[in-house]
Amino acid sequence: MALRKVKGNLERMFDKNLTDLVRGIRNNKETESKYISQCMEEIKTELRQDNLAVKANAVAKLTYLQMLGYDISWAGFNIIEVMSSPKFTYKRIGYLSASQCFHQDTEVLMLTTNMIRKDLNSHNMYDSGTALTGLACFISGDLARDLANDVMTLLTSTKPYLRKKAVLLLYKVFLKFPEALRPAFPRLKEKLEDPDPGVQSAAVNVICELARKNPKNYLSLAPVFFKLMTSSTNNWMLIKIIKLFGALTPLEPRLGKKLIEPLTNLIHSTSAMSLLYECINTVIAVLISISSGMPNHNASIQLCVQKLRILIEDSDQNLQAQTGKVVKYLGLLAMSKILKTHPKSVQAHKDLVLQCLDDKDESIRLRALDLLYGMVTKKTVMEIVRRLMTHMDRAEGTMYRDELLQKIILICSQNNFQYITNFEWYISVLVELCRMEGTQHGGLIASQLMDVAIRVVAVREFTVGQMALLLDNAHVIVGPAAARSSIAEVLYAAAWICGEFSQLLANPKATLESMVRGKVVSLPGHIQAIYVHNMLKLYAHIIATAEEEDDSEMIEEVTTLLLERLPVFVSSGDLEVQERASCIVHVVTYVQKCHKNGDKVGVDLIHLMTGELNPVAPKAQKKVPLPDGLDLDVWINDPPSESEEEEDDAFKKEIFVKAESSSRHKKEKYEPSEEELQKLRDARRAEQASNPYYVKSSAQTSPRPNHNSIQIDEIPVAAIDLNVSLKIPGMTSLDKYQLVDGWQDGSKKRHKKQKKRSKRKGPLTSSSDEEIRQAHVVNTDVGEMPEGAHFSDDNEVDDRPEDDPHRALDIDLDEPLAPNEVLPTRTHYEVHSQKTPEESNEANLQPSQTPTKKKSKNKKDKKEKKEKTKKVKKEQKKVKKKFTGNEENLILDLMDSVKVAAISDETPVAANHINGITDAKNKEKPTDDLDFWLSKDDSSSQAPSEPIVDGTERTASPSSYPSGRDESKSKKTKTKKEKKAKKEKGKDKSEKKKSRKREKVEDSSIRNREEYEETNGTVTQDLEDKPVIPTVQPNNRLLAEDSFLRLDYSTAAMDGVMSEVLVCIKFTNHSSKSISKLQLMLPDSSALKMIRNDPQSELVNLPWTLDPGESKESQLSFTAEDDTIPDKLRGSLSYIQDGTSSSDLSLRLEFPVTTFLSGKTASRATFTDLLSSGQLSARSSFTIPECPWSFPEVLEEVTRGGSLAVVESVDQTASLYGRSLHGHHVCLLVKYQASSRLTVDGKSTEGILLSNALDHLKTVLMQKQ
Amino acid sequence: MIKAILVFNNHGKPRLTKFYQYFNEEMQQQIIKETFQLVSKRDDNVCNFLEGGSLIGGADYKLIYRHYATLYFVFCVDSSESELGILDLIQVFVETLDKCFENVCELDLIFHVDKVHYILNELVMGGMVLETNMTEIITRIEDQNKLEKQEGPYNSASPSSLRAGLAAAPARAVSAVKSMNLPQQIKDIKLPDLPAAIKDLKF
Repeated sequence: MALRKVKGNLERMFDKNLTDLVRGIRNNKETESKYISQCMEEIKTELRQDNLAVKANAVAKLTYLQMLGYDISWAGFNIIEVMSSPKFTYKRIGYLSASQCFHQDTEVLMLTTNMIRKDLNSHNMYDSGTALTGLACFISGDLARDLANDVMTLLTSTKPYLRKKAVLLLYKVFLKFPEALRPAFPRLKEKLEDPDPGVQSAAVNVICELARKNPKNYLSLAPVFFKLMTSSTNNWMLIKIIKLFGALTPLEPRLGKKLIEPLTNLIHSTSAMSLLYECINTVIAVLISISSGMPNHNASIQLCVQKLRILIEDSDQNLQAQTGKVVKYLGLLAMSKILKTHPKSVQAHKDLVLQCLDDKDESIRLRALDLLYGMVTKKTVMEIVRRLMTHMDRAEGTMYRDELLQKIILICSQNNFQYITNFEWYISVLVELCRMEGTQHGGLIASQLMDVAIRVVAVREFTVGQMALLLDNAHVIVGPAAARSSIAEVLYAAAWICGEFSQLLANPKATLESMVRGKVVSLPGHIQAIYVHNMLKLYAHIIATAEEEDDSEMIEEVTTLLLERLPVFVSSGDLEVQERASCIVHVVTYVQKCHKNGDKVGVDLIHLMTGELNPVAPKAQKKVPLPDGLDLDVWINDPPSESEEEEDDAFKKEIFVKAESSSRHKKEKYEPSEEELQKLRDARRAEQASNPYYVKSSAQTSPRPNHNSIQIDEIPVAAIDLNVSLKIPGMTSLDKYQLVDGWQDGSKKRHKKQKKRSKRKGPLTSSSDEEIRQAHVVNTDVGEMPEGAHFSDDNEVDDRPEDDPHRALDIDLDEPLAPNEVLPTRTHYEVHSQKTPEESNEANLQPSQTPTKKKSKNKKDKKEKKEKTKKVKKEQKKVKKKFTGNEENLILDLMDSVKVAAISDETPVAANHINGITDAKNKEKPTDDLDFWLSKDDSSSQAPSEPIVDGTERTASPSSYPSGRDESKSKKTKTKKEKKAKKEKGKDKSEKKKSRKREKVEDSSIRNREEYEETNGTVTQDLEDKPVIPTVQPNNRLLAEDSFLRLDYSTAAMDGVMSEVLVCIKFTNHSSKSISKLQLMLPDSSALKMIRNDPQSELVNLPWTLDPGESKESQLSFTAEDDTIPDKLRGSLSYIQDGTSSSDLSLRLEFPVTTFLSGKTASRATFTDLLSSGQLSARSSFTIPECPWSFPEVLEEVTRGGSLAVVESVDQTASLYGRSLHGHHVCLLVKYQASSRLTVDGKSTEGILLSNALDHLKTVLMQKQ
Repeated sequence: MIKAILVFNNHGKPRLTKFYQYFNEEMQQQIIKETFQLVSKRDDNVCNFLEGGSLIGGADYKLIYRHYATLYFVFCVDSSESELGILDLIQVFVETLDKCFENVCELDLIFHVDKVHYILNELVMGGMVLETNMTEIITRIEDQNKLEKQEGPYNSASPSSLRAGLAAAPARAVSAVKSMNLPQQIKDIKLPDLPAAIKDLKF
């Protein structure tokens, strides 16, 4: 032993440690990868040694290499070895390495469960701490499920350090194992009031994360958080809480009102910038959510804005440069939030925002720009734009300038030019913007120009004039830099406007001349095309006017001009240009010919282009109604082949209206064979050869003008022009508006401005300060829509991604825990749970499988697991025997049993089973509390007694059942609930007396809490999506009856994963004598087996006496081998009446297949997944022509007992889902048509199951009660 | 939630990487590279966070960083974290490093990346902030270091042995031999339980 140690130590001396590795890498900079691969080899040999120290050293080195980007997952097993070392030093290395390279899909994690559990429960605090930290990084679904209970145990640790870490880890557990949330939540909530501030903060952290994604479920915690907020001094925690409140206020406006005061106090008092900022942010959120109804909220807004201003201004002086910028940035961000609801308060700080435009940091400038967008008013728009334009001249970088340009246009054009009062000014702005070099927004400017020209009739003439000038100076705009920018687009607009509104041109001929000037050919094709086309418009106009005036000279001139210049375009490389040009050439020659004959054609020519131009609504195309008889989904020709898949799709469409869209997207792909392809290719070549327009690759001369040569010609000219070009005579300039409308403050100028304006525009409103009237009318119609279509917004879509784990965490936490909602316990723990058999039962019933996500995987596993659970149960029984007879075992596992005792005594989980009802009461409280807490404050607006009234109402009208019949049913639900509470006791033989006592106590408590029971009667179903439309009713049926005793029973599948059916038998004594010694004799059938306490005996003893009029319940669990066929059990019940006469009663327990179904796991996501996955191969349907039930009744009947759950219900159609014990899926579509015709279509993974289920449903629905 | 914590130097060499969301090694390197490019081209006097790192998460995520001498400390966080709060947290982290290494410099991070990880683990756990109180953090770290020392001299990577690899080997050999058996032997010697013995003495 000692020798081995010496040897190990000697070997170690020559190994590299981490420091050596790092140093080596630094010394071998050139040959780094070679060096590292050499080290890798060394590490591999080191890992093969037995010495744990050597291994730990190797793993430490690997962790370093992982940071450099080397994959070390191959060493997973070795890492686990190091993790399992008893020495803290090595353990820590191992966990670090694992946290760096393991993730939830790492396979070796399977091996770690027990090791990690050992570490978590280690007596060394830091061992547990390390394990918790590591686990937080690599926890998987399986680990979360298996270790959830251990983490819960650590919540009660005496060491705050561990409590803190365990609390944080819980969040990760929830993400991976959502079922843990409800059972663990009460304990987590307790931690909010932990004596240690660190633990408190951790709990706040976790709840905030949870609440961020599903805020509505956490509203009831508001009072606790409120208390924390007003009492704590931990800034980090305060920030979290305040952020959480920010998320909660939109859901509960009353909360917001309560928050304002403490928040403003904090704003006044805190010195921490971060806290101040979050407070302001939340106040803003609050104000947005209550936007009206608060008299003094203007004061708060003012406070916020002022504080923000101070933040933004001070940030430069008082803080470290970087942080200062952050504050400034965030300040602007917050301002923009206020802006949305309270624009007036922010607009006062325009100067500050404009100042921020000069900031060095681009992100701050961009933020300021965003703000400006919202701050613009009719009064300020001119000044702001002017500032932006001067800013643009100075700005560096085309990117930022482009951004500025875009913002200017957005500011001006927002809301259909809401803030523009003077459109001449706006046109000038746009023309000015054209001069900006290298912009990418040419298209934007062009569309603005066209927009204004079309919609603002009043400035059309002005616009046309400007555009003519623009065309005249095209060479300036399209300078040498134009190749990289899109500014030439402006010419597109100019040409079009001049052509379209040619009647407004001052000198059409000059414009036509400037258009045909040679450089046009260097423009992009689509612009040339517009040019050519508008030449015709101009030409038509000129001819028409000239004809009127008999100006034959003019006609002659223009015609020759066109005939001279157009051939350039005819030979254009652009097909569009070519086509239009050749067309126009022919038109012009024709006109020429007519004129020679002395005919007048001008008017006819103009007719070519007449017609009013109206805007079209943005969604018009979509809204074009589908003509009758047009079915886009129908094949025009027969489909090429009919595969099975298609049939499937067609079927789906037929049955499931909702699934239609997904199937429609599947495109049928036609894959031509190689031969066909070759044929097509040949055909194409032949076609190309004969096509004169096709430019062959071998052709020597291309019809396309040589771009380069033309550009070279142009360069010198353009360059010279550029220098002079800054002022184009006659071209509008903004300067004149600055004189006129310059907003350089000062009252004198204002007067001037008014005068000048009134001159220019004629009559104007007297008080232009308050309201500036728009000088021009904008056509702001919605636009033309197809007949019968309405302008509306499209429906919103849920934007949360499908795989977001928080979807699964959308769980109502205020509902009381159902008895079967427990964290899975370690299986061998159950050995010791003799003392609390309730728990062992529940543990058995617990889902031992992962949540429904891994559907397909699970299927395979399920059988195995089922077998496993069976084995476990057998073992359990064995051990139970041992346990009673053999004390030694107990001593051996003493440690564990002590822990178990601790758990069962302390955790609320355990408490829940024993006393589900008191728990329900506790649960009910918080919502009441919240109401009370919230209404306390605004007693002014509400009656003071309101909360109490609320409470009594709750008790008085337990639920909103409309009819008396329904009410009786709700009572049944209640009794079912009672059953559950009692169920455990019925099985408990060893503690008969105790349980009976407890029963009595609880019976009384049940009576006291009736109201709670009733409100929560249907709690356990559907935690996921809450798709339930009708409340689930128990499927009570009569089992047997004689003159003394009546037996009813109901069945329920215990959640798909459990493979068990729960049968609830209710014994009612309606004789006048007491009945005792009830014995149930129920032999198993081939497929159905009862889970018995004593496997040898077929007798079930019911350990209680039934007093006259009393009714009691017993629950039996069955396992079903085959869940696809209905089954029945025959048996008998013997009892002794009045202590003397004994009687027998024969029973028949029916198990229709719906018994084996559970709708508990239904959710819309899984449902649609299922339908689109094509797994559901079996289908079947039935129709009832005259159904005696109404649609809600049908649904109620179908969902009876919770075997199927409604996933979605629209009008008279509903989709339902259920999963069988063995994991078969059943999806139904229930359609209720006019004249009470009911159709039920079903799809399933299992055909027999489906047809049996439908048969059953049909018989149920056929018979009227 | 914090999605990732990256420390790299002015040349983009990673000094510490911690991802709280799984990425494979290749992706990790790419993220480091991209983050470095984003952060390094920014002036020291500009706002120290930026939105929407394209690799992690997208628009909901922000990069919040601080630049100290040769090192960048970058935190990638989602919208549930307060920007200014995270800046404070980075400050706490760096100050803790400074206390633990006594005037921390890049070399400390290079040679003791494992220790830096242990320190970070006391601040942030699985992407959530665990503790912000510096004294508490330092107590925990010191406790664990003590524990490690008690367990014996594994750590040849302790600050004292920052010398050249091979040259140091003989010296370490001696120390290894020295420390090999003696302490263990001393431990192994079983003395009678003295207090108990004293108690048993009866006068």
